[in-house]
Amino acid sequence: MNNYRRWISFYTMVRRDVVRMFRIWVQTFLPSVVTSVLYFLVFGTVLGSRIGDMQGVPYMTFVVPGLVMLSIVTTSYSNTSFTFFSSKFFARSIDEILVSPTPPWVMIAGFIGGGLIRGLLTGAIVLLVSVFFTELSLSVHSALIILGFALLTCLVFALAGLVNGIYAKSIDGINLVPTFVLTPLVYLGGVFYSVHSLPAWWQAITYANPLFYLINGFRYGFLGTADVSLWISVAILGTMIVVLVSINWYLIRKGLGLRQ
Amino acid sequence: MQALSVSNLTKKYASGTEALKGVSLEIPEGDFFALLGPNGAGKTTLIGIATGLVNKTGGTVSVFGYDIDKNPEEAKAQLGLVGQELNFNPFEKPFDIVVNQAGYYGIPRSKAIPRAKQLLEDLGLGEKMYQSGLTLSGGMKRRLMIARALVHEPRFLILDEPTAGVDVELRRSMWDYLKKLTAGGLTVLLTTHYLEEAEQLASHVAIINKGEIAAQGSMQEILAMHDGSESKDGYRGGKLEEVFLMLTSDK
Repeated sequence: MNNYRRWISFYTMVRRDVVRMFRIWVQTFLPSVVTSVLYFLVFGTVLGSRIGDMQGVPYMTFVVPGLVMLSIVTTSYSNTSFTFFSSKFFARSIDEILVSPTPPWVMIAGFIGGGLIRGLLTGAIVLLVSVFFTELSLSVHSALIILGFALLTCLVFALAGLVNGIYAKSIDGINLVPTFVLTPLVYLGGVFYSVHSLPAWWQAITYANPLFYLINGFRYGFLGTADVSLWISVAILGTMIVVLVSINWYLIRKGLGLRQ
Repeated sequence: MQALSVSNLTKKYASGTEALKGVSLEIPEGDFFALLGPNGAGKTTLIGIATGLVNKTGGTVSVFGYDIDKNPEEAKAQLGLVGQELNFNPFEKPFDIVVNQAGYYGIPRSKAIPRAKQLLEDLGLGEKMYQSGLTLSGGMKRRLMIARALVHEPRFLILDEPTAGVDVELRRSMWDYLKKLTAGGLTVLLTTHYLEEAEQLASHVAIINKGEIAAQGSMQEILAMHDGSESKDGYRGGKLEEVFLMLTSDK
């Protein structure tokens, strides 16, 4: 299989997933929008007016990057974990790819591609919705940093979702990690507050949370201020990508959970 | 050239079951080969290993000279598989399923679309190609799987019990269609429990039992193993069925 044919295989996998996510847009895109609107209403409009400023900006403006990141993390993760799991478990349609000459790394890229697109699109929609709640005053320090962090975060969580999809043996298996690991990490990663407003011991715990660095870097793109250096965030993202790509490549190549 | 060359193939599942115990067989290019055996004999495991769905424990497998370990992409490119179980997303349309399958083999949509339409028409799915897979009958689903397995124009087609649960008329039309393809040089490996089908269609046979090859050779050689005796009572099948039972029965 030459590189052109590998590209066609990759394109086919991504195209198939994108067609699926638009066919069931009520399930794939709408929930994040509804959840975000509720967050904006409760934390922004109702509570935000009482909190005042954070890091020198209105609370609503401060919280927007975190909420966009929340939607990106959850959708890119759930897209790959569910797509992969359902294709190996429900209809066993993963066989269509396994019997084909598609190499393991193209297979990984194909599944990740769908998660990446869904994560970015959902993030863009939530950002668009947020504009209405910030009365069109959302500041942008660097569009390049915003886009870069959004892209890398989608990549990290699409890869993590794929690991989950490979290991999961039941539908509960793909819900456990988002519920008990992902959501707490996102909430405690500084979506709703600055780390400097925490007591010292809690700050120390927050620094051990990888999600904190993603939200930190993403927020820097909007506000131009960050709790920690942007380069630390980039380094942590890069490390996570390398580790997760290696795990996925090993698992897919070995056929864990795919081949008997 | 051998379409499939299997040497000393072993498979032990994590449960401890030894599905294959040193199987060796060769299928010449252009042959219609029947792999027969009772349930659990190891037929599907062997096919799974050849197609990349099952990891082998030991031995070697080559497809048209391509070793499945050393050249998996080239080996897989030669193969088309119609599996025993239905394994497509029923929410997708037959047209999309077949076109996407071509894509996984690196065939661009501009080429895949006319091929998919032609195959679906030929297999009697023309009116259903743009409807959800959920609307297909059991026989239509089987035909869809054949169309999907043929879209990349494989040299070697593996049919794992393709006519299970399919009515007589449809089975005949399926075999007529596949006969046309074999006349064009396609190699076919068939597993089936309908031994009269295998007797009519296959030129070579292997009978596998409990993970080991019990007999293999040309159809004439296998049928010649029949002792010609007539049963005094009870149901009697065709010659191949009698040989099959003689080789695989525990009694």
